[in-house]
Amino acid sequence: MDGPAIAADTRPWRDPAARPFISVRDVVKTFGDFTAVCDVDLDIYKGELFCLLGESGCGKSTLLRMLAGFEVPTRGRIEIDDEDMAQVPPDRRPTNMMFQSYALFPHMTVEKNVAYGLLREGVKKPEAYARALDMLRMVKLEKQARRKPDQLSGGQRQRVALARALVKRPKLLLLDEPLGALDKKLREETQFELIRIQETLGVTFIVVTHDQDEAMTLATRIGVMKDGMIEQIGEPREIYETPNSRFVADFIGTVNLFEGRVEAAAPDMMRIDTPDLGPVLVSPQVGLSRGQQVWAALRPERFWLTREKPENAPNAWHGHVEEMGYIGHMSHYRIRLDSGVLVRASQSNRLRDEDPISWDEKAWVSVNPAAFRVLTR
Amino acid sequence: MRGWFLPLAVAFGFIFLYAPIISLVVFSFNESRLVTVWGGFSTRWYGELLRDRQILGSAWISLQVAFWSANLAVIVGTLGAFVLTRFGRFAGRLLLTGMITAPLVMPEVITGLSLLLLFVSMELTLGWPAGRGLITIIIAHTTFCAAFVAVIAQTRLRQMDESLEEAARDLGAGPVRVFFDITLPVITPALVAGWLLAFTLSLDDLVIASFVSGPGASTLPMVIFSKVRLGVSPDVNALATIIIGFVLVAVIIAGWLLRRTARRM
Repeated sequence: MDGPAIAADTRPWRDPAARPFISVRDVVKTFGDFTAVCDVDLDIYKGELFCLLGESGCGKSTLLRMLAGFEVPTRGRIEIDDEDMAQVPPDRRPTNMMFQSYALFPHMTVEKNVAYGLLREGVKKPEAYARALDMLRMVKLEKQARRKPDQLSGGQRQRVALARALVKRPKLLLLDEPLGALDKKLREETQFELIRIQETLGVTFIVVTHDQDEAMTLATRIGVMKDGMIEQIGEPREIYETPNSRFVADFIGTVNLFEGRVEAAAPDMMRIDTPDLGPVLVSPQVGLSRGQQVWAALRPERFWLTREKPENAPNAWHGHVEEMGYIGHMSHYRIRLDSGVLVRASQSNRLRDEDPISWDEKAWVSVNPAAFRVLTR
Repeated sequence: MRGWFLPLAVAFGFIFLYAPIISLVVFSFNESRLVTVWGGFSTRWYGELLRDRQILGSAWISLQVAFWSANLAVIVGTLGAFVLTRFGRFAGRLLLTGMITAPLVMPEVITGLSLLLLFVSMELTLGWPAGRGLITIIIAHTTFCAAFVAVIAQTRLRQMDESLEEAARDLGAGPVRVFFDITLPVITPALVAGWLLAFTLSLDDLVIASFVSGPGASTLPMVIFSKVRLGVSPDVNALATIIIGFVLVAVIIAGWLLRRTARRM
């Protein structure tokens, strides 16, 4: 088995010569006249923990079910480990799935649930149960082996489902909203547990989720889906810092969007004229031409808030704090600029004895030109 | 107003439903030969019943018919329900959906008559079934009992989380294996309830059995009915009491099984 090194420190997707482990090519899935998945192209590499992220009905679960073999693509091709999956039924695929409802067999004990896959593979009974118990030990449930699923808590059931899906050592594990049914605290713990297990076993994971925090925490890469199409694929940092559309920028985290036109594009600085902020100086980005309609996107934490007008700041605006929310480690602000536009800003509370700007105060907000991301759609 | 109205309404309801049955049970312990005159408590008619060869013979036939038609109805009904809930859309699905429940609403006289015509013409053209008797009653009862089983099994299959079956497929079980390992155990309580219901329905049936039975194969309800036409004899009361007891137990078990599975979902 490969060591745990493959999970986080190497990034095969950055290497153009690397061979993808799973390749999805031009896959379309229609149900009647509804297109659930539309022209999806996706390469996933060995050892990845890939997250498909999107709102419900965006086609992410359908895509997962096509990988598992429960749905047949209307068009296109799916390969796993260089093998075309078109004619392979779900029971003969090198994949296992963890279902959103967990789908534990109610008439079998925990132990039998986990051993079921091994027995179907032809593993002898004593060995199958020994391996099932090993797996249960890994998810810390060996004491509950003889219980029935309805005698377990939600978190325990989730771990049984995970053990059952992993016991056959699949090449690819598909997880459909694996943490959806857990409460917040348990979910956060389980996220790191999932990463630990994935790194220990070196199995490739594809996780479907609608929870952006979960995707950001878990994923080596994220594929953001909308209306059956993949909007953007990238590492969590790329998705957050360089979204390729207003949809992605808005879907992941909070963003201020300012519509405008490219006014002057010098090699070292670019100017965008916006009705909301007036002229804005941003770091140059390739592929933009003069007069083009763009949106300058800015994350709230990239605003600097000061009481005095900052010196030498290329972008600075005056306004007053309409609302402020103090949530401990951060404070969120809604600031009405003198032009009338409302912006969202946030500051982290690094010092204990600060005198932070509070509501109804006048303040200056300033932005470093490199903090903007210019979007064209 | 609610204070006295509700108990009164409930009492009326129960009297309306159960007074005839209770009077029957009470009179089954009547000493007197006259059915409507109370002559003191006795279990005489139960003893008399046990010596009546005709009644015992027909009871045995009824039990055989009920047992076999319940078994066959569970098999046919489950297959029908499975096809309707798991095979998606196919040609003739709508027709099958309608037809599988048709015996529930069809007047028994028509079902009986049509089955009789079928058996007669089959005998003439195919030579089977030779004459009418136990086999034809079992076939006839299977057809209408299967409809009841199919309805119960369909409800259960719809409630069942289909990802259970998908999970088993995913873990390497073929479609047939999944049916026997997962689907069948999960719906078993509903099938047991269906079996009990089919058993009782078959035991109760008079009309259809009268059409399709032949000489030497009279079911218990047929014998009772013919006896009553010659005047009610007290041993029929005793027999009816025993049947009520059986049916009551079966219905209670069936209801309990259905409720238990509904809760476990």
